[in-house]
Amino acid sequence: MSQIQLAKEERIGFKSPITMASIGVFVIIFFGVLGREGETVFEISRRADLIQLPSISIGSSSLGWVSGILLLLIAGYSLSSSLKNRKTPLWVSVLYGAIGVIALLGWLAAGNQVPLTFIIGTSLVLAVPIVLGAMGGLMCERVGVTNIAIEAQLLAGAFMAAVVSSITDNFFLGLISAMIGGALVSLVLAVFAIKYLAQQIIVGVVLNVLVIGITSFLFQQWLTQDAENVNFPGTLDIIKIPFLSDIPVIGPVIFENRITVFVALIFVPTLYFILFRTKLGLRARAVGEHPLAADTVGINVGRTRFWWVTMGGMSAGLGGAALTIGNAGAFGREMAGGFGFIALAVVILGRWHPISAALAALLFGFSIILRVWANQVSPGIPTDFIIMVPYVVTVIAVVAFVGQSRPPKALAIPYTKG
Amino acid sequence: MKLELRGITKRFGTLVANDAIDLVVEPGEIHALLGENGAGKSTLMNVLYGLYDPDEGEVLLDDKPQSFDGPGDAMEAGIGMVHQHFMLIPVFTVAENVALGQEPTKALGALDIAEAKKRVEDISERFGFNVDPDALVEDLPVGVQQRVEIIKALSRDARVLVLDEPTAVLTPQETDELMEIMRQLASSGTSIVFITHKLREVKAVANKITVIRLGKVVGTAKPDASTSELASMMVGREVGLTVEKSSKQVGDVVLSVENLAVLDDRGQRAVNGVSFDVRAGEILAVAGVQGNGQTELAEAIMGLRSALTGFGKITIKGSDMTGSSVRQVLESGVGYIPEDRTSDGVVGAFTIAENMMINSSYTSRFTKGVNINFSARRKIADELVKEFDVRTPSAETLAGKLSGGNQQKVVVARELSRDVDLLIASQPTRGVDVGSIEFIHERIVIERDKGKAVVLVSTELDEVLALADRIAVMYRGKIVDIVSPETSREQLGKLMAGVAA
Repeated sequence: MSQIQLAKEERIGFKSPITMASIGVFVIIFFGVLGREGETVFEISRRADLIQLPSISIGSSSLGWVSGILLLLIAGYSLSSSLKNRKTPLWVSVLYGAIGVIALLGWLAAGNQVPLTFIIGTSLVLAVPIVLGAMGGLMCERVGVTNIAIEAQLLAGAFMAAVVSSITDNFFLGLISAMIGGALVSLVLAVFAIKYLAQQIIVGVVLNVLVIGITSFLFQQWLTQDAENVNFPGTLDIIKIPFLSDIPVIGPVIFENRITVFVALIFVPTLYFILFRTKLGLRARAVGEHPLAADTVGINVGRTRFWWVTMGGMSAGLGGAALTIGNAGAFGREMAGGFGFIALAVVILGRWHPISAALAALLFGFSIILRVWANQVSPGIPTDFIIMVPYVVTVIAVVAFVGQSRPPKALAIPYTKG
Repeated sequence: MKLELRGITKRFGTLVANDAIDLVVEPGEIHALLGENGAGKSTLMNVLYGLYDPDEGEVLLDDKPQSFDGPGDAMEAGIGMVHQHFMLIPVFTVAENVALGQEPTKALGALDIAEAKKRVEDISERFGFNVDPDALVEDLPVGVQQRVEIIKALSRDARVLVLDEPTAVLTPQETDELMEIMRQLASSGTSIVFITHKLREVKAVANKITVIRLGKVVGTAKPDASTSELASMMVGREVGLTVEKSSKQVGDVVLSVENLAVLDDRGQRAVNGVSFDVRAGEILAVAGVQGNGQTELAEAIMGLRSALTGFGKITIKGSDMTGSSVRQVLESGVGYIPEDRTSDGVVGAFTIAENMMINSSYTSRFTKGVNINFSARRKIADELVKEFDVRTPSAETLAGKLSGGNQQKVVVARELSRDVDLLIASQPTRGVDVGSIEFIHERIVIERDKGKAVVLVSTELDEVLALADRIAVMYRGKIVDIVSPETSREQLGKLMAGVAA
């Protein structure tokens, strides 16, 4: 092609290689040169596992060196891509992230063990409310309704699951009512956004405040007074899938979990299939992109939006159940603690795509467990620093790798006709 | 299928958009609905399509009264519509767009994409449309997007096809192809309603013509009626279709653009290496089909859109203005009539007087120190309203309350009353009534005769031919050629399709 030279604005730029190289240098200096003494032991199998794999032991500072050099090599690859005006492929970035995480773990746990299965498994469990919340948000946004009330839906779900499970002593009813709780919050959003054409952000904010208020009030006036009868549900049983749960690492992480985790694991690919491979999804996306066009081919825009928003609420409500009966075992005041807002960010970070969003949610799950675990293995490292790391990584990831994302065109625009 | 509209009336508040309209379209007939912008053509078709409920009157298909609850019903009954603004989803493929609403499915509700593609291919082959079912709609040129719309209608067995201003976005050659398609469809028994305000096309393709003005049917005509007869029916009086113009007296170069390149909102090169000069006392028309970089070119000259760094140069009156702010450009003596008057031209919620001073709010005849000089503003605004014939109760009326033509006169008044040497006029008469068009054209010619340089960006070939001293034809971000206004329409059409002379 006789393409004349490209202008600055048209080039891919060197953001990725520069970021990658600087982190690589950082890893070599702080984890390698100035690294900590001692061996780090990566435990691959738990003691209870059927198949035992040997642990891997490596000097903390040598791991810093090795991973730093690997990171620099990847940065070099990224640089060569940029020079050819190509984007760094996603799998390269993912590989880069994985090596970075291992380097960080190795440094933190110098002279200690890194229980890999535990860390990955707990990340997944902690990510479930975020994943389900994000799927809920995604379902709303794909049809063009902004949902910033995910926090409210999580809380409503968490509350309903705890209370109904305690009173009826039946987890199944608890899960169902969590979904109804989330759906009720969505219903308000749907009615105001679709029928009364209200400003969706404002409705969302109001819903968040309202549900925080109601649940906190009921928690104080009712749940704490009579905790034994109404807020003592316990947690769902852990289901072990025969044979599959014996596979090293993957088994305990994926096939030995509570029903809420399984639901999330199945729901993400299902939602992907529905959105991108079925008639329902095609229509939903059409409504979110160009509602008038959808209307002119006979798709009922209001109804489509109503159902997707309501179903989205059910997903987020189930995410709430994962907080109480899927993890903590009781409801606590404002226990969603910002997960709903993280889910909101995850939707954008995942570019409105179920699978990328789920991966982004996993990153946040990991950041939570990292904070807890790092405190135990290296009390010497300032906690503030460790808390910061995942968020710094996220910001870098967004700036350097995600780039411009394209939301549904009709997002937050009420649809009216004639 | 025979289509009949009886006594259709549609009101929006106090405005009567359609007033007891009757229309009969016989099977296999191409029926042109002719009228100015704002005459009520699109409202009528939206009633027919079930998007609006009529206040009175009824729609009959094959003599049976119909009641449509929405476009779905209308489609079911056999009415297909190709809207002026395409009803296509840009991020979907052609096959997905055609399938939407009546998707072929396999088990589990999964889309049968192969079947959807086959539908597109079948119709595309039958009429020689040459459309790739896998292409993303946003990547297709507008002419092809329009064919996708027609395929969409045909795949739903439309037997009445409504085309709403279909030629606005097409080159003359694409227009000819579309007319051929229309004839072909009509001969296979489809009834066609062809909405337009372009007389030439009506005469070329229609079997029967219904003219509407201000929401009422003012008469019907045969295609052999003369152009001026049709025009006076459409406007309600005799119109001068040409502009009086003396020969040009050119002076120095005012605007010089060299190798300019500009990106559009999607990061693609909309303007790619454009160079031209405009001298004092001449009108350079930038012609071309909409979306070939004209908008971005005008915005780049104004500083509204940055030019690609390291490339071209914009020189105004000898000083380099590349990368200057909009204010610097305005203050160097440039007037700008933007393409979209409602979003860029006037602030609807401001009064006419406020709109008049909106780009001279720093130190100007409207100000006294840091304050607005209200008495001066009132006086200037009143004078301008009178001089530019803005039909309004007073200069304190909100600009949003004016009709399109009067809003545009406010913009023209604001820009021409400033002391400018260069006028950039982008689509200055789009959506404006014929009376205002004549007025605006005259004012532009007066500016040129006063020795100002004018860049006229227009997609209307008639306007270009009436005003231009030189015509630069743009295609895909490049200037194909700069020609004289004596060039034939056919030759210009070829240039607009990218065929260099």
